Amino acid sequence: MKRLLRRLRAELFATRTDAVLSVVLISLISLAAFGVLRWAFTQAQWAVIRVNSTLFAVGRYPVEQQWRVWLLTALLVAASGATWGLLRAHPRPDRTGVLWPRNDRIAATLLVVLGLWRPWAMGLTVSIQARWWGLVALLLLVRWLAGRFGRRFGPTGLRLVALMWPVLYLVGMVLISGGLGLVTVSPSEWGGLMLTLLASSFAILLCFPIGVLLALGRRSDLPLLRWGSVLYIEFIRGAPLITLLFLGQNILGFLLPGGLAPERVWRAAWVLTFFAAAYLAEAVRSGLAAVPQGQLEAARSLGLSHPKALQHVVLPQALRVALPAMVGQFISLLQDTTLLSLIGLLELLGTARTVMANPAFLGRNGEVYLTLAVLFWGCCAALGLGSRALERRLDPHAVPTAT
Amino acid sequence: MAPVPPAKPTPSSLPAPKPPWWRDRRVVPWVVQAVVGLLVLLLIAFLLGNLIRNLTAAGLLLSWRWLQQPAGFDISESVIPFNAQLPYWRALAAGLVNTIRAVLVGLVGATLMGCLVGMASFSHNGLLRRLARVYVEVVRNIPLLLQLVFWYFVVFLTLPNGVAAIQLPGVVLAKSGLYIAGLGEGLRWMGPTLVNGVWQAPVRLSVEFGALLTGLIVYSGAFIAEVVRGGIAAVPKGQWEAASSLGLSWFATLRRIVLPQSLRVIVPGLNTQYISLAKNSSLAVAVGYTDLYSVAETTLNQTGRAVEVILVLLAAYLTLDLLISALMNGLNHLVQIRER
Repeated sequence: MKRLLRRLRAELFATRTDAVLSVVLISLISLAAFGVLRWAFTQAQWAVIRVNSTLFAVGRYPVEQQWRVWLLTALLVAASGATWGLLRAHPRPDRTGVLWPRNDRIAATLLVVLGLWRPWAMGLTVSIQARWWGLVALLLLVRWLAGRFGRRFGPTGLRLVALMWPVLYLVGMVLISGGLGLVTVSPSEWGGLMLTLLASSFAILLCFPIGVLLALGRRSDLPLLRWGSVLYIEFIRGAPLITLLFLGQNILGFLLPGGLAPERVWRAAWVLTFFAAAYLAEAVRSGLAAVPQGQLEAARSLGLSHPKALQHVVLPQALRVALPAMVGQFISLLQDTTLLSLIGLLELLGTARTVMANPAFLGRNGEVYLTLAVLFWGCCAALGLGSRALERRLDPHAVPTAT
Repeated sequence: MAPVPPAKPTPSSLPAPKPPWWRDRRVVPWVVQAVVGLLVLLLIAFLLGNLIRNLTAAGLLLSWRWLQQPAGFDISESVIPFNAQLPYWRALAAGLVNTIRAVLVGLVGATLMGCLVGMASFSHNGLLRRLARVYVEVVRNIPLLLQLVFWYFVVFLTLPNGVAAIQLPGVVLAKSGLYIAGLGEGLRWMGPTLVNGVWQAPVRLSVEFGALLTGLIVYSGAFIAEVVRGGIAAVPKGQWEAASSLGLSWFATLRRIVLPQSLRVIVPGLNTQYISLAKNSSLAVAVGYTDLYSVAETTLNQTGRAVEVILVLLAAYLTLDLLISALMNGLNHLVQIRER
């Protein structure tokens, strides 16, 4: 108690100016918090979220096909659990192998509380509540199993994880769009959070190879490759995304032979991909610049060919350096998907706009936008946290500490 | 790493045999470039050929004559005089001026905001420091478009009108617009006044402009704050200690010692942020502010001239970016340390 008081005094009331500042700030913050809480519990009508929760989640995806989305969610949850457990079973170099470190216990508690309370608080039907509970249970079960028995497989386990996600992605695409015996659901019926995540994951996956190639091209000795890459990168970075999306919607049809232009959703996803590739290329380029020239020369003098030297020696080091910047780009890509609403696609923000155009929910902007903000904040913050964890795991200089 | 095959022993007296052309270091790069160049050229030719064929079929071959036709739509707040009878190029120019206006005010506001928050993250006061962190972390992780529609629909469109409007010294915030004190008729200082239930003031901004500006300033301010924070952190700690042992206060240290030295780290970072602010201003269309993009969209819907409109848009934004870059490069030149 005494230590707490002493710390408070040092942090907030060290000098007279500090004290005045602290008092003003504390009163402002409490006023704001009080106002927001009062609004949230007395004035806000959360029915708009409750009634439209399916719309926000999957858009106008046909009701009788929604089991596919649930199945995909369950697969994703299981895969996340397996990855989480395996990562703990193979602790990163600066940690001793504790199966349930404190952060994990906090995360698990948070998940259980959210998974149990949120569906109930939203007043979802019992069957859907039960599904959410099942998902949380599945996550924790797989996490426990993978953590408990993961070490038996040795390092193959981690390699399997790296393989599992791309396979899962393909399975997910088939599950959502149909084919292979499933009824086809046209992309115009996708929407909500599902479309946001689909578009951003598609662009993130595909912009990576394109971005790396562009970055290598920009640093190449061959003038044509270099100038081509520079031209592309600077052109894309000079234009606002909205004009490029506009270009994709209105001009792509003219650029391709009749009937070959893809569906509107796919056009937007491709534009996002090519847009993000230019920014990613710059991130990768900064990483490449951080690798000393001697690395390439040493690899070449060992007899590796130029592409081999890049692939095995230079790129792994460059990508590790570029990781924070790359994840920053991925985060802004996830945020940029909101722009799809401006060209009439019903991703999260587009869905929100259609919901609020409904006279029954007129003027419920605050509730809807606040919910979306929390959702986006959660996704982006999670990406940032993941990136920091990955950075430490890949750090070659990490020293084992007892935590 | 693959094991390196042992080199074949060659008698050193003989000259090395000439490698075949596909392994010749002087030939391969040119072959690679020729192949890539040919592929790119073929792709461009394919796309252009389709474009011309499809445009001819639609009767929309490239032409700029439509720029002279009357626009037929009005622009609610135009700095340069505009009405619906004026031609399209005047409409696009009015949109461009509106964009530049938003970017200029946004740049100033975001820089102030970013500097204040960046400085606050070095305050002695723990609460202020944490508040600065929370602001940056919250704002950076929420899409700008979402923030813009929030400011517009939730904040600015719910402002009260008339007597109930929010009155601050020199500024009145009402649903009908933002009224700011300024030099009125006869160069006299005039504050906002209520005349017959309608606010009047020398400077009136629309709520659309207000929402766009607030959104841009709050969003870019967070990114600029990070740039400023990085710049201040790059100044060695000894500078702080030396200044305070000379008896300078916290603020004086920051203003006279630390900030001048951190400028050479800050300015290049600001360049990127300014350009992205200029590009982000195109999201004004979501809050109903008629900027260049919004005018261009209306023009496209009326004329169907997609290619020309896109060319105008891209050229305008590229020019704006280059202008900002050139200015910031000049500034960067000024703040770099000159060594004797």
